[in-house]
Amino acid sequence: MSSSIESLVNKEYQYGFVTDVESDTIAPGLTEDTVRLISSKKDEPEWLLEWRLKAFRRWQAMTEPHWSNLKYAPIDYQAQRYYSAPKSITPLQSLDQVDPELLRAYDKLGISLSEQKHLAGVAVDAIFDSVSVGTTMKAELSKHGVVFCSFTEAVHNHPELIKKYLGSVVPYSDNFFAALNSAVFSDGSFCYVPKGVRCPIELSTYFRINAANTGQFERTLIVADEGAYVSYLEGCTAPKRDTHQLHAAVVELVALDNATVKYSTVQNWYAGDKDGVGGIYNFVTKRGKAHTNSKISWTQVETGSAITWKYPSVILQGDNSTGEFYSVAVVNNMQQADTGTKMIHIGKNTKSTIISKGISAGHGQNSYRGQVKMLPKAHGSRNYTQCDSMLIGNKCGAHTFPYIEVANNSSITEHEASTSKIGEDQIFYCKQRGLSAEHAISLIVSGFCREVFKELPMEFALEAQQLLGITLEGSVG
Amino acid sequence: MATATNATGEAYEQAFGALRAQGGPSWLPALRREAMDRFSALGFPTTRNEDWHFTSVTPIAERVFKVAPTRSGPATLSPADVAALVISDPDWHRLVFVNGRFEASLSAFAGLPADVRVTTLADALKESPEFVAEHLGKLASGEGQTFTAFNTAFAQDGVVIHVPGGEIVEAPVHIVHIADAQAAGAGIHPRLLVVAEALSRLTIIESFASTGSFGAPYLTNAVAEIEVGNGARVDHYKIQRESTDAFHVGTTQVRQGRDSMYHSFSYAAGAAISRTNVYTQLAGENGETRLNGLYLIDGTQHADHQTFVEHLAPGCASRELYKGILDGSSHGVFNGKVYVDPVAQKTDGKQTNHALLLSEHARVDTKPQLEIFADDVKCTHGATVGRLDEDALFYMKSRGLGAENARALLTYAFAAEVLETIEVDALREGLEALAFARFTQSFGEQR
Repeated sequence: MSSSIESLVNKEYQYGFVTDVESDTIAPGLTEDTVRLISSKKDEPEWLLEWRLKAFRRWQAMTEPHWSNLKYAPIDYQAQRYYSAPKSITPLQSLDQVDPELLRAYDKLGISLSEQKHLAGVAVDAIFDSVSVGTTMKAELSKHGVVFCSFTEAVHNHPELIKKYLGSVVPYSDNFFAALNSAVFSDGSFCYVPKGVRCPIELSTYFRINAANTGQFERTLIVADEGAYVSYLEGCTAPKRDTHQLHAAVVELVALDNATVKYSTVQNWYAGDKDGVGGIYNFVTKRGKAHTNSKISWTQVETGSAITWKYPSVILQGDNSTGEFYSVAVVNNMQQADTGTKMIHIGKNTKSTIISKGISAGHGQNSYRGQVKMLPKAHGSRNYTQCDSMLIGNKCGAHTFPYIEVANNSSITEHEASTSKIGEDQIFYCKQRGLSAEHAISLIVSGFCREVFKELPMEFALEAQQLLGITLEGSVG
Repeated sequence: MATATNATGEAYEQAFGALRAQGGPSWLPALRREAMDRFSALGFPTTRNEDWHFTSVTPIAERVFKVAPTRSGPATLSPADVAALVISDPDWHRLVFVNGRFEASLSAFAGLPADVRVTTLADALKESPEFVAEHLGKLASGEGQTFTAFNTAFAQDGVVIHVPGGEIVEAPVHIVHIADAQAAGAGIHPRLLVVAEALSRLTIIESFASTGSFGAPYLTNAVAEIEVGNGARVDHYKIQRESTDAFHVGTTQVRQGRDSMYHSFSYAAGAAISRTNVYTQLAGENGETRLNGLYLIDGTQHADHQTFVEHLAPGCASRELYKGILDGSSHGVFNGKVYVDPVAQKTDGKQTNHALLLSEHARVDTKPQLEIFADDVKCTHGATVGRLDEDALFYMKSRGLGAENARALLTYAFAAEVLETIEVDALREGLEALAFARFTQSFGEQR
């Protein structure tokens, strides 16, 4: 490909602005007192504080995992701030009371929080640094009995649900980052869809990191009761800063019998500049538990973050349950991603599908790491995995680490992977039809990702496609 | 990561000390000492080691395998015994080792081209120590590899093959390793060193077999180092049919020059625990690697295959096909890795791994990996695990075949795809017959 394309300038990260709001930020460092302080700031019940402390003690005994294919400078957990909240926020009765500066910030992000201008058919919970600034469409949802609110609110208003499901899919002892999150998580979204209810609108959480040197540790819990259906979207951005910021989230999904949970993510945290200065370290634990006849579907578009460590998984516990994972992960410049999924087949006749598309450009390193495990009693189960990688330029890398573990003979697993570059002849064909090289590449890349994008809700699919174009801009050579 | 306790470590150190008296060229003790130190420092791998995640070597680590005894008295095996134990052909050059010791009376490799050298390691150390010094332990340095270091420290004998530039060795060189009852409790560390210079051609067949019963398990820990020069071709067949009382670890380390071809075929049907490593480096342009393998296991057998193809130069191709057929409560492991260096543009890599589970309790863990740092490449891998296709069985039954025959035929066909890659007719026919007999018999019994 020609060098003129190579010389195209990188487009600026458009969400890199900083919002000037007064924050209530605690001092850096992490001790048991920090955990108590966070808990008291959120006015939490005793049992939750106990749970946090158990997690914290467990975390202290754990060491940071280094099995991933990621290289990064050691993280100083004592230099991080574990809580930051816009001062103007507490306590909120309605969105009218939200600091206009904050509303403007979300407008700039393209997320309108004002009820009258809400995105058609989407309810949004907006998380700014450590706290939720507002949830839209609440009235509409409550008509159907759907609970959708910030985690903090849920702890106060629905303690029985939180008690029952918190840590039921990702226990606090699960891994280093999950333990850290369990100790210091500040807010997040909670959703409960009652029996037999089909949630009428898409639910969405928008995460925004604003304060400097602050980690974001949110926790999302979604419970779909028997026969319920919910589709959930998650988006994330952060300002451009030249230090790395830590993001360690936990997402737990519970799909009870015959329920369906669809979880889509467009992750666009600040990725650092072209030399790898700054950017978010994204260490996320996402897992769903699928009961009998239920279905959990993960779709993710990962374009941001300096480091991504993320394996949205499904425990297929109930018979006939289904797990899906659709992923597009793009790395450019100095970005590194180690992402994939785990499908643990426990019940009979369980099915899983994994479609992973990795795109590497610049000096980016992209790894797919996945596990498909068929336990001895998962009779008649089925898995199909396809992971394709595309390389743009010869300074990047694409890696595939699948683990296939089969312990019964009535199940079938299939795994396919391929790595290739964009075909010269494909580009030539497009150019010959009058498209610029850059358009040609964008077209080919979106074709490559089509299988995943078609799983996204429409507004997100458009956003994802644009993001992809932006992330890859200037990488084509 | 060391699981070897101090007691076993000391026992090996002692045995090592006793071996040192054996002499050899002046550089050898240092090489062995270094390997021994490495072996002690590394210890046996545990399942926490990513490369050994699915294979526990505890049964090997908790024992001390004594040095294999030298035969006293007349040979216990006749040429007819050897012929019954391994697939062979009178035209092949043959070197036979019993319990790791060379048996001249059973061997015959006279008709080789004049300047092609095929000798035992012991003889090569006496006759051409410089040549051995130049190549031994160079490819298989044992860095990070306990079993390779273990072999270098304790190897008693083996084979050295040197094919000078342009020479073509028509008939395969057959290296036969037989363990008999005297091997019980012993560690046998065969070594193979092959240097095939530019434009030469060589076919090697390694057969591992055993006879009689063993009161205590023995360990075969083989290491092969193979240099394939520019434009040379080496075909390497490894047929492992050890006793199910045995442990077998085999490591082959290959380095290929430009326009060269290395073809490996591994057949594993024996041993309680077997581990077969094939590591190849495509170091020159336009080289080609073909790795094929078939494993047939049953009962509580455990077979682990690990391959690592390093594409270090542009324009190379690698093709890999491994298949496993598992019965009983056996456990198969496949771990295949393809690495593509940033300079290795125009790489064409393909890796395929299929496992067929004949029984409810058999288990397979497979991990095909790609690590790619160059963009103009075409790399794919595929892996499947499953049982026989019900539709295919139904079709055959609808054509009048009995259920067992249909199963036997389909299972055999599954294996035959790999067996067909064998280019030595006698060997292919021998293995096909073995496989066919095995499946028709096992299905007959199940009825």
